[in-house]
Amino acid sequence: MVVQTINADGVDQIFQALADRTRRDIVRRTMSDDASVSSLARHYDMSFAAVQKHVAVLARADLVTKRRRGREQLVRSNRDTVRRAQHLLDELESLWLDRLDRFEHLLETPTESDHP
Amino acid sequence: MTVTDVHKDPTALTMEIVSEFTAPIERVWQLLADPRQLERWWGPPTHPATFTDFDLTPGGRVSYFMTGPEGEQYHGWWRVCEVSPPDTLEVQDGFADDDGEPNPDLPVNIMRMELVASGAITQMTIRSTFPTLDAMEQTISMGAEEGMKQALGQIDALLAEGAPQST
Repeated sequence: MVVQTINADGVDQIFQALADRTRRDIVRRTMSDDASVSSLARHYDMSFAAVQKHVAVLARADLVTKRRRGREQLVRSNRDTVRRAQHLLDELESLWLDRLDRFEHLLETPTESDHP
Repeated sequence: MTVTDVHKDPTALTMEIVSEFTAPIERVWQLLADPRQLERWWGPPTHPATFTDFDLTPGGRVSYFMTGPEGEQYHGWWRVCEVSPPDTLEVQDGFADDDGEPNPDLPVNIMRMELVASGAITQMTIRSTFPTLDAMEQTISMGAEEGMKQALGQIDALLAEGAPQST
């Protein structure tokens, strides 16, 4: 099995960005549609400037992209970055399902420590 | 064994697997807490695990290594965060150098296992949490290198080795 190699550069940045609940929420909310910073700000009990700061952190980590529309700033998730994390979790699931298979068969096997 | 739920959250970097076994909770706990049992399922057939230090007390250290087909060894360690027999085990899981010393430059993930007895069934919840995508990538690459796809061969061997208890 080949695990996609992820460029380690900037990866810490990505997940420091995602360590914050508001920022994770912004990523989720902008997964399928653009949202303006001002519309995002309505969801949180914080200032427009604070939300803008969160968006900037996400953009630096390449988790969202920003573009201008008139006076508005639109935000959208970068699905590729989220997908890489999803891919790794799939690998981890597969590893654990194999482990659990062995675990179960061991449960069904009389143990050496039970019967030395 | 039935896997009843798998929950993966790519933005929070966690995975949770819930499974059920037809066995008493003490027996399932034994597979986590007895190093000789643990090493029979922790590593895949191509890279069996050997546990050396095994101090399953709060703050205690567990050391293990996996041995590959060419005799190469991969060392790992646990630091016990919480242990409450027969239902809870939470450890930090990290990489070690060839001499078994924890390598501070390599990532650490947190693994929590919870058992709940319900009649003849024991439910086990495993939750893995990674601090960064980089940490997750490195940890999982190690698992993949172990050749997990060959696990089926080991299951056959275990089945052939001892007749399952009749139920």
